[in-house]
Amino acid sequence: MVEKRKKLLEVKHLKQYFNVGKSDEVKAVDDVSFDIYEGETFGLVGESGSGKTTTGRSIIHLYNPTDGQIIFDGKDISKMKSKEETLAFRRKMQMIFQDPYASLNPRMKIKDIVAEGIDIHHLVKNDAERSKKVEDLLELVGLNKDHSSRYPHEFSGGQRQRIGIARALAVQPKFIIADEPISALDVSIQAQVVNLLKELQQDRGLTYLFIAHDLSMVKYISDRIGVMHYGKLLEVGPSDEIYTHPLHDYTASLISAVPVPDPEYERNRKQIIYDPAGEIDHPENPRTLHEVVPERFVRCTDEELPMYQKRAAKFTK
Amino acid sequence: MAERILDVKNLEINFHTYAGDVKAIRDVSFHLNKGETLAIVGESGSGKSVTTKSLMGLLANNAEVMGGSIMYHGKDILKNSEKQMQNIRGKEIAMIFQDPMTSLDPTMKIGQQIAEPLIKHKKIEKKKAWAQALDILKLVGITNAEERIKDYPHQFSGGQRQRIVIAIALVCYPEILIADEPTTALDVTIQAQILQLMKELQSKIETSIIFITHDLGVVAGMADRVAVMYAGQIVEYGTVDEIFYNPQHPYTWGLLNSMPTLTSTTLEAIPGTPPDLLDPPKGDAFAARNPYAMKIDVEQKPPFFKVSDTHYAATWLLHPDAPKVTPPKEIVRRHQLFAKMTAHESV
Repeated sequence: MVEKRKKLLEVKHLKQYFNVGKSDEVKAVDDVSFDIYEGETFGLVGESGSGKTTTGRSIIHLYNPTDGQIIFDGKDISKMKSKEETLAFRRKMQMIFQDPYASLNPRMKIKDIVAEGIDIHHLVKNDAERSKKVEDLLELVGLNKDHSSRYPHEFSGGQRQRIGIARALAVQPKFIIADEPISALDVSIQAQVVNLLKELQQDRGLTYLFIAHDLSMVKYISDRIGVMHYGKLLEVGPSDEIYTHPLHDYTASLISAVPVPDPEYERNRKQIIYDPAGEIDHPENPRTLHEVVPERFVRCTDEELPMYQKRAAKFTK
Repeated sequence: MAERILDVKNLEINFHTYAGDVKAIRDVSFHLNKGETLAIVGESGSGKSVTTKSLMGLLANNAEVMGGSIMYHGKDILKNSEKQMQNIRGKEIAMIFQDPMTSLDPTMKIGQQIAEPLIKHKKIEKKKAWAQALDILKLVGITNAEERIKDYPHQFSGGQRQRIVIAIALVCYPEILIADEPTTALDVTIQAQILQLMKELQSKIETSIIFITHDLGVVAGMADRVAVMYAGQIVEYGTVDEIFYNPQHPYTWGLLNSMPTLTSTTLEAIPGTPPDLLDPPKGDAFAARNPYAMKIDVEQKPPFFKVSDTHYAATWLLHPDAPKVTPPKEIVRRHQLFAKMTAHESV
């Protein structure tokens, strides 16, 4: 069954450094590799500064990677040369941003915001068709079609995020990067937006990269999760398994810090303290991502692998 | 019975805007017991921050208190002059703000910022104040405090800054500490550390805390009692166990239901959005989003019905004549847990 899944995105040894060659060089993303299969949701979690947003932005080609490859739909995106190729790529991959207040141009009407991609890609023949398309999109994301001639300031945060989703869907992409799409929203609205994303995925066969720091929400929406820390991908695996049986110590500490809406659980909670010192690589023996058990990967050395295999064996019993 | 340190009664606050009066706080009453942590939970716009700003006398210029009282040490805070408030603020009632990046003065050394309330309020001379500042800086867990006391805010990380904000708030050993979303801007691991620190400090300096948040997970770990706010009103309050395991108001159900737990496979979102407080609805403000709403919910505001000595909820569902409804699955699970817990206690 595993073989049948088609890889939509392959990230291979991605490195994204800033200020290269200067004294303040930052290795924002350092040798990160993962695959995303068609139709799934891949969650990327980590604390601020872990490189999860940079990874997303590299994938959509907002940066030129320092090193490594990003292969989308069989094509290496850094090898795109012509304008046509870039345009075709952008149509297939769209992004939903974190801040619904900053990501909509306040001087544009909703219909023009949503239709911007439609215009760029010449997807409609005339104005009537354009309006129809915008109205359909607004209704699809749960907004009223009469809203199309309003401006962003007339909407609440949750509604604005729906507009952002409608804009992303306008060009019928295959793949959507959602960078913290709900962290600026209220709890009751968060669930609305997450459920909308899930419905759209089912109806349209979308593939998501869901970037967030809210572990419980990531676990809920994702099929698989990658955990990032200090620019490195430490663990990858199916979301349920990662959440209930983390293999890497950092993942365990991250999960132990998530507050749970259950007083009894909170009273008995033991937070696991993580010591990042153990994460520093020995230059001669750098850690790489190893498959510990099928589907579960941990960043470790060859010597450390048996320890993780032992851990994993305990859980599968 | 526990000593009441703060007693808010029938508070009403309006904001004057061009569009008309926004009725931000509508008949809010609650009290704070000595030494406890009271969590006020609600979405943005529910009035939780406005309530606490009124306790501090920090309401915006266009806000007007339309009625009610806030009794503190037998006196109504709302009747205090600005001068009197200055003596209370920071000394007896202190506040921790949400964003540690903006609540510190970037041009002042942190030692000076921590010592300032001591110099202003307690008339302690500068040298001694700095010595006390150093002590509290160590208490909130800043390593190498002797050196770092002379640093500026930008030299600290987000978590460290929030520790410094806490140090400033606690340096006068206030009776009441108001924490307005103190960990919302922080990463989960840092959040866990700050919450742990607040708990430890609370037992050390015996302060009472009003904790404002929208994160029910944080509430579950921090609060002794919880008040749930919606559209400028408190809709339910009780002990933390009563709110989490025996919730009665459909809005509380909705909130608990829209948060993923360790085991949840579906999330039930609350449909719609909160009402516009320019023109608040006549009956139960939650009626329009409430799948359990009855005719009376639209017509008449529900009073508080008693669930237990400590637990009250403003929903017509608790009226003796109301039909029996089955709450969402997740809530039924919680109710069953509660039944087990109380049965266990009475044995």
